[in-house]
Amino acid sequence: METSKKLPADPSAPAPSPSGDGAPSRLVKGNLSFHDITEMVSRHAEKKAPLAWYVAFSVALSGTMLLLGLLAYVVWNGIGVWGNNQPVGWGWPIVNFVFWVGIGHAGTLISAILFLFRQHWRTAINRAAEAMTLFAVMCALIWPTFHVGRVWAIYWTLPIPNQMAMWPQFKSPLLWDVFAVSSYFLVSLVFWYVGLVPDLATLRDRAKNFWRQRILAFFSLGWTGSNRHWRNYEKAYLLLAGLATPLVLSVHSVVSFDFAVSVIPGWHTTIFPPYFVAGAIFSGFAMVVTLMVITREIYDLKNVITLDHLEKMNIIILVTGTIVGFAYITEFFMAWYSGVQYEQYAFINRAFGPYAWAYWIMMTCNLVTPQLFWFKTLRRSIPVMFVLSIFVNIGMWFERFVITITSLHRDFLPSSWGYFTATWVDIGTFVGSFGLFFTLFLLFLRFVPMVAMAEVKGVMPQADPHYHEHGGNGHAEGDGEPYIKPAEPALAEAHRGNGAEDTEAPST
Amino acid sequence: MPTLVQDLKARLGIFESDADRVYGLLAEFSDPGALLHAAEAVREDGYQHFDTHSPFPIHGMDEAMGLGNATGVGVLAFFGGVTGCVGAYLLQWWTAAVDYPLNISGKPFFAVEPSVPIMFELTILFAAFGAVAGMLALNGLPRPYNPLFYSERFKGATDDRFFLHIAASDDQFDVEESAALLQRIGAQHIELVKDDGTMDA
Repeated sequence: METSKKLPADPSAPAPSPSGDGAPSRLVKGNLSFHDITEMVSRHAEKKAPLAWYVAFSVALSGTMLLLGLLAYVVWNGIGVWGNNQPVGWGWPIVNFVFWVGIGHAGTLISAILFLFRQHWRTAINRAAEAMTLFAVMCALIWPTFHVGRVWAIYWTLPIPNQMAMWPQFKSPLLWDVFAVSSYFLVSLVFWYVGLVPDLATLRDRAKNFWRQRILAFFSLGWTGSNRHWRNYEKAYLLLAGLATPLVLSVHSVVSFDFAVSVIPGWHTTIFPPYFVAGAIFSGFAMVVTLMVITREIYDLKNVITLDHLEKMNIIILVTGTIVGFAYITEFFMAWYSGVQYEQYAFINRAFGPYAWAYWIMMTCNLVTPQLFWFKTLRRSIPVMFVLSIFVNIGMWFERFVITITSLHRDFLPSSWGYFTATWVDIGTFVGSFGLFFTLFLLFLRFVPMVAMAEVKGVMPQADPHYHEHGGNGHAEGDGEPYIKPAEPALAEAHRGNGAEDTEAPST
Repeated sequence: MPTLVQDLKARLGIFESDADRVYGLLAEFSDPGALLHAAEAVREDGYQHFDTHSPFPIHGMDEAMGLGNATGVGVLAFFGGVTGCVGAYLLQWWTAAVDYPLNISGKPFFAVEPSVPIMFELTILFAAFGAVAGMLALNGLPRPYNPLFYSERFKGATDDRFFLHIAASDDQFDVEESAALLQRIGAQHIELVKDDGTMDA
């Protein structure tokens, strides 16, 4: 398949869009039929995983074990084993929470907002990005849960009658956060699952093993691809996209209220909600790029997740990174313009105080390096985008570090100033949360169709009912009997040999 | 004549077998376009209990089958959203002003402004649940048993094959005549699906 992936890039080959209104360039490269898509995606959930998967999984699982062990240690000893203390009561746990929630936002953005804007290129990556959302939000929820100190009392944050006959404090932004993040998780979960149902039915119909077939039949709910069902399904999907869009924008706004509603210098600003949302999308897209670069390489999905997809994501990284950088500068301006001594000091202290190193890492990784994506060759280069996307997430973690730590460590009274240092438990739990994230993501790659097959088929030119009036039938050769073709390089060569005039699907 | 309940179930894509346990005729078509024209032809011939099956939604199929706009899901999502919004308001008002009022500097026990974020979140949450539960209910899902699953070829409906199914519960259904119609409109392969698991090609 690698041999054929450059085929449509040949400028002499006209875009195969006989009805004239199709997309100018194809989203799926290399003349694939519907069955090829099924085959390319499903086989990874059916055959044995490659060796690289086992290696990655064992590393990730060790990280998860580290996380579980250290969380037990934290519960046993109290959260003082983290570096949290006076004056910095919100240390790494809150930094990590905001970091992970932010990562999640890209998945919803890709699945909901790009759906509403009819960006068909999203179909190749939305499934994996949504899965990433779910796993990132799970990683995020760990931190506030354990940061409350008495994890067994976490249900007090929910309006459940308890032995104290007291209710949660609904006027607190921290409680809004509980509702925002848990609603976000539940809506993302049903959105993801609804999208999965037709693909699980595909796996069910391919299943050879009795129990595998039964389990998939349970989760695919008896889906038959009936048009009477597609009709309501598409409506529900559209509504979910419409609902998830304001939700995702609200979640990070509510997270920013945790800071902005307080009176701490450096936190008490109205710019926080939009600035947090832009930062969340920025970091989330960077994480999607990091993961997709690896996934398409290992799972041979270069025809489905193409360089064009990655380039589009890099453009979004460039745009949101610039917005975030603009917000940093605006914050400085507002601090000066406000005339408030404490606010001005908070910002001077950020850039030139004891945490200046963190501030300049943030500035470099978020504002400076993404600007390289202005160059087309750089944003289409796999090694460059891989490194830059990791830089972005380093920068975004430091952004939350700067906001949380520098504002707390020196507030109004110099007598209560201090310097925060992380402990080995801070580092261990944070590393462990990556372990949990990758464990879940690898399990997803192993057992769930990682590309939304039904959606990809729906945006292929053959899916247009008028396409076939010009010949070609959507199947490859034969009468639709199962066959396996794409793995054979000889056939790919044959396609190439047919040259530029081979613009239609292989006909009967 | 199908009863009202049978007609309602048919709108969900659930058809009843006839006295001989015949579920219907399953015809395979070559591509989305052929299926679209076939659905049009079958509807113009007067059939009502029929359905098409495809690996992805086909643009224009709702019109071809004469189904009209699907409004049910939207209505249910709307009521879900209203439930969430009103529920969040009542929850915050009742807990703060009625069940456990706290007098803080003589301020009012309850105010709308700080209640907005949770009202917003629960509106979205319940609207999403309404949309998904409504979609499943209106589709008659989950539906573990479906006689169409007896067909081996039908497994391709989630891969790359396109089927039209005329149900035996339709008034006009007649094995010979319906099969002839399907043949005429270009079906590549026709089989008779029975509820007891047997099959006639």
